[in-house]
Amino acid sequence: MISARGLRKSFGDFEAVKGIDVDVRKGEAFGFLGPNGAGKSSTMRMIASVSPVTSGELRILGMDPATEGPAIRSRLGVCPQEDTLDNELNVFDNLYVYGRYFGIDKATVRERADELLEFVQLTDKRKAKVDDLSGGMKRRLTIARSLVNRPDLLLLDEPTTGLDPQARHVLWDQLFRLKQAGVTLVITTHYMDEAEQLCDRLVVMDKGVIAAEGSPRELIEEHSTREVAELRFGIVEEGNVHEQIAGKVEDLGRLEILPDRILVYSADGEEVIAKVHERGLEPIAVLVRRSTLEDVFLKLTGRTLVD
Amino acid sequence: MAAIDRVDPPRGLSIAEGTLRQLDYWWAVVKRTWRGGVVSSFVAPLFYVVGMGVLLGGFVAGDPSRLEGATSYLDFVVPGLVAAHAMQIAVGETTYPVMGGIKWHRSYHAQLATPLGVRDVVNAHLAFVAFRVASACAVFLLVLAPFGVFASWWGPVLAWFVLLVLGMAFATVVFGISARMRSEEGFGLIFRLGVIPLTLFSGSFFPIANLGPVLEVVAWFTPLWHGVDLTRMLCLDTVDLPLALVHLAVLAALAGFGWLWAIRGLDGRMRS
Repeated sequence: MISARGLRKSFGDFEAVKGIDVDVRKGEAFGFLGPNGAGKSSTMRMIASVSPVTSGELRILGMDPATEGPAIRSRLGVCPQEDTLDNELNVFDNLYVYGRYFGIDKATVRERADELLEFVQLTDKRKAKVDDLSGGMKRRLTIARSLVNRPDLLLLDEPTTGLDPQARHVLWDQLFRLKQAGVTLVITTHYMDEAEQLCDRLVVMDKGVIAAEGSPRELIEEHSTREVAELRFGIVEEGNVHEQIAGKVEDLGRLEILPDRILVYSADGEEVIAKVHERGLEPIAVLVRRSTLEDVFLKLTGRTLVD
Repeated sequence: MAAIDRVDPPRGLSIAEGTLRQLDYWWAVVKRTWRGGVVSSFVAPLFYVVGMGVLLGGFVAGDPSRLEGATSYLDFVVPGLVAAHAMQIAVGETTYPVMGGIKWHRSYHAQLATPLGVRDVVNAHLAFVAFRVASACAVFLLVLAPFGVFASWWGPVLAWFVLLVLGMAFATVVFGISARMRSEEGFGLIFRLGVIPLTLFSGSFFPIANLGPVLEVVAWFTPLWHGVDLTRMLCLDTVDLPLALVHLAVLAALAGFGWLWAIRGLDGRMRS
């Protein structure tokens, strides 16, 4: 569905995407993960055929966005990061007007708008003004709108950013149903749980390049361990107690020393805890958990804040 | 999902198809704005004509030799007022609304995610502006017809077409400026240093000969003067054909240049 080779995007002297290779297959849910400024949105805009490719090769549905943009866009659904709904129109008219942009005849687009409102559970808001909807409802309406042309490929840029947990879960459920129905999804997100829930395969982007690629499980296996033991030793007045303790546990696995805790990456977290106690160390709190994509993400892209 | 509906031609839609697909959107815009538009379209010309034409005009001696052939100040000022009105509507509809499409309500972003191209989006917006200018000027001319200010019935009909071209000359050029502007602060300059001086000094309220030899030449180069003078010739039935053709050519050329300038401007802004 998507094939990119050496794909680059520059804005003046700034290179946002520095030569990436990506393949998205039919029917899969593919994720772009990365911190702010990693180049995810620039990549998505090129895939959406609204932003010209600076260099490299990009094929969407077998077509070249430079010469076949309208044909590509007629088969894409786009759910942008910032809502582009028309606040002055009611919910139904937002779908209707958008469907007409695709040249779908009036009767079909009316029928389809009602089906989609049902799908995103907004039928009872059919006549409501968009301004009166909650953030979650607006996002569901945007998703409904992106489906009005029955796209082969649905692009979702940060689909659940800013939503409350209930709204996120409703949205995930709907995206999962779309995937079941055979729609190819391409998602950007910086929520790791979202990526784990939705994506079959993903790439982690950082500073314009791909830092890792695989399924969530593969990435965890490759870049982290099965479990993580988190050890907390309270806060002392002088010096960092964790730095001092680290020397005594460094053979137990890969360590990450944070101001408030030590993370020990290991296949068996319980064994780590037992050994810590054997060595006479008394953490005030311990936690053993499975490695998550977040561990992979932080390992690959670092803990430094990106604004 | 079922099979896709249609695949649009790779290079894009025809001008007609690209514009027509946005008809429902712009019709929705018309439906939510027409009330304010109708009131101002009816009331504004009446205010102008009573204030400027009748009351102020009562102090102006109607010497046809000094009023470009008009027999009263009212007859003289009406074509100038309607031409300035056409310009003001065109500028009003291509400043804040264009920036809104880019920055605030972001309707252009939504439209450009579909098979529509930048050219289609510009065309549909300009078609809406043409509709606004055409309907407002038609109302203006119809409201004033009973005042006996037109020398013939066909004069104002032809003038109506000229007003449309004048409106589009301004709409396209200002669209191009708005598409390139990062902040709405620049609109203040467009109104204060563009629209107001043009309205006051392009022959709407007094013959440009009164400006003195230097400023008169400056006025020749203002697009509004070409529109005012041509509208006036048609309304007063004082057409000087070669000059009329020059006026029309200037306005049409400006509209043509503006159209390309607007498309390039929005393309640079939206497809970066």
